[in-house]
Formats: sequence, structure tokens, C-alpha cells
Amino acid sequence: MSKYSEILFRPVFKENPIALQMLGICSALAVTSKLYPTLIMCVALTVTVSLSNFFISMIRNITPSNIRIIVQMTIISSLVILVDQALKAYDYETSKTLSVFVGLIITNCIVMGRAEAFAMQNPPGVSFLDGFGNGLGYSVILIILGTIRELFGTGTILEYEIFPLVQNGGWYVPNNFFLLPPVSFILIGLIIWALRAWQKDQIEEPEFKMSQNSPEIVPNPPPTPSSKAAS
Amino acid sequence: MIENYLNIFINAIFIENLALSVFLGMCTFIAISKKIEAAIGLGIAVIVVLAITVPINNLIYNYILRDGALAWAGLSDVDLSFVGLISYIGVIAACVQILEMFLDKYVPVLYNALGIFLPLITVNCAILGASLFMVEKDLYFGESVAYGLGAGVGWALAITILAGIREKLKYSDMPEGLQGLGSTFIIVGLMSFGFMSFGGIIL
Repeated sequence: MSKYSEILFRPVFKENPIALQMLGICSALAVTSKLYPTLIMCVALTVTVSLSNFFISMIRNITPSNIRIIVQMTIISSLVILVDQALKAYDYETSKTLSVFVGLIITNCIVMGRAEAFAMQNPPGVSFLDGFGNGLGYSVILIILGTIRELFGTGTILEYEIFPLVQNGGWYVPNNFFLLPPVSFILIGLIIWALRAWQKDQIEEPEFKMSQNSPEIVPNPPPTPSSKAAS
Repeated sequence: MIENYLNIFINAIFIENLALSVFLGMCTFIAISKKIEAAIGLGIAVIVVLAITVPINNLIYNYILRDGALAWAGLSDVDLSFVGLISYIGVIAACVQILEMFLDKYVPVLYNALGIFLPLITVNCAILGASLFMVEKDLYFGESVAYGLGAGVGWALAITILAGIREKLKYSDMPEGLQGLGSTFIIVGLMSFGFMSFGGIIL
């Protein structure tokens, strides 16, 4: 049992697809300025990645390895077409907001990456869990982004007013800065920083290090301007 | 006439830059931008592939998939636009494959320079994204050539600039958690703010 929960929850914090594996950043940044479309996007991606992992894993033993990319692409695109059509049928407004980004789930590297790295080697049940876990890991980052951006950008969460706005007689002046797309990048950068402060083993080694002054080579280091000023 | 094409071209490079305004192709954008030579190679590959696939997808959309497009075959009430996604990705995968074989046979120098990047491009969302935007904007064939070329140039420009900045930044002393990925995200955010200042250009 613990093996399954390991597969399900490892991608959420330890191997987060966005923060560590650098996958799936592409299609999602532009949709996080409001929480509701963000949630729809998370559901769409989680459904696609779980089901594509499941189906790809089912036929993994009969797929010739030299055409496997085309086979995976076909399965993934069919699933995305289903999601896209379902969204257009039941929530047309949101599908307009998300515009091309639902279609771009096809080339979302999380889906391809998990199919290639996990589903091709493992049985369907476990692959489904892995896909679901990765969908959750993606959703966690997106929901954090969507919440922060909507809360500070418009003072609401899911259209429900949290900070009373100035124009409604409250005290909060909405910060439109948070609605600009580039902010999501800076926020992800900060989330990665926070995550790595907690999970130390994710820190990348720097390519170059500042060399320390060693006493053998420099017996009397020349006084620095600050120590001169202090004396 | 020529002004219209130029407008679409400039618009695609600066105002609707695929990488910095709509954030497409981010995975490769961040993964391959450590070295400036690699970034330029990938950029050129993206320009070539976009300039080929966007016009081809435009023809496919206009003459086969769109509502009523099959009138020339006597099927005027057939709407195939729901299979759009799968046909565009098929076209892209096929084009990349053909381009790879063509370069291997006739232009080996270019093949050696671009070879490793071409397979990566099939799953680059900038390529599919450009085709989807082309459909959404409802461009004509000529306009789609200008758009594909401009979108490619814009993406290549953005990745080259980012690689230049990262090459300098690797010598800097930054907080441990920000090394690598964290700082790259913040730089891309700042670059994207910079590109927003092009927003007012009207030709």
C-alpha cells in the first residue's frame, strides 16, 4: 500500500513536474490570472495525463519501439480532443478564456514525459496513479499561483470578495500588477526558492564557485575598504 | 498589401512574442538556454519549422477542415474542425521527419548543426501553438507565411537573449535555492516585462 501512496504523492513535492523536472511549464502560465479557469485547466490536464498513462501502458507490450512516439501522440491527441469537446459543450465561456491552451495539452511535456518515462515500463494501474500524481503536482503549483494572482490582483477568490475593494467602500486597492502574465514567472521562481529551502536535496550545484581566500597563499590579505573604514 | 504582411510579421516578433508574451515552448526555452551556440541552433531550427508548418496547416484548415471547406468535393455541409488538433500535430511530426531526412541527404552541414534539435521540436508547444493561433486569427495563406516566419524569429530572438544573460549570470553568487531554475524563471519574468513595452507599436 505504501508503494502506491509513494507513487501517487512523490510527484507532488519531492519530484514536482514544474518545480524540479522542468516539465509542463509551457501551456499553463497564461491561464493563472483567475482561479476558476486555473482549476478547469488542472482538471483537464490531470484527466488527460492519467488516462493517457493508463492507455499507453496497456498497449506498451505490443507497440513497436520505433514508432512509439507517433502512437503516444495519437492516443494523447484523441484524449485532448475529447476533453476539448466536453469543455466546449458544458462550459463554453471558460473554453473561450482558455482558448488554445487546452489544445496545447497535447504538447505539454508532462504528458509525453510521463508516458515515455513511466507508462512504457509499468503496468496500467500503477501508471494511472503516476499520471494522477503528476497531475496533482502540476495542479498544486497552478492553484497556488491562481490564488495569489486573483487575491492580490482583484481582491477576490473564485469571484467571492475577500478583500473589500475601495470602489465598494472597502480598503483594498487592487494591484493590477498581479494580473500581468510575467508575474507568474516571478512567482514560480519564488515558489521554487521556498520549495528548495524546505527540500534541500533539490538545490542545483553552481557551475562556478567563489574561491575562498586561503591563508597559505595569501598570508596577509590586504585590508578591505570596509575594515579600513572600521579602524 | 505589403504593409499588412509587414505588420503581421513585426507584430508576431515583438508584441505577441511566442515565448515572452504567450509563454509557449517554455520547456525547451528554459532547458536549452544554458549555452548561446545551442540556443542559436535551436532558434534557427524553430524558424525553419514554423515557416513551413504554419502555411501547410493553413492550407489544410482552409481547404479540408473548416466548416464548408469541402464544397469542392461536393460535401458542403461537412465540418471537420474537431479533428484539427490531431491533423496539425500529424503535419508537424511529418514535416519535422521529412526535414530531418532532407537535411541529412542534401545539406549535411546544416544537419550536423541542427540534428539534435529537430526531434525536440515536434513536442515544442510553440510550433503547435503558432498553428492554433493562426486558426484563431483566421489568416489567409500569404498572411500565415508572414505570421509563421515572424513567430519563429521572435522565439529565436528571445531564447538567444536569455542564453546571453544566463551565460553571464553563471558567475554570480546567488542564494542557494535560486541557483539554476529559480533564477531563470525570474529572469524570464523580467524579460517578459521588457517585451511588454513593445505593446504600443503600430505600423
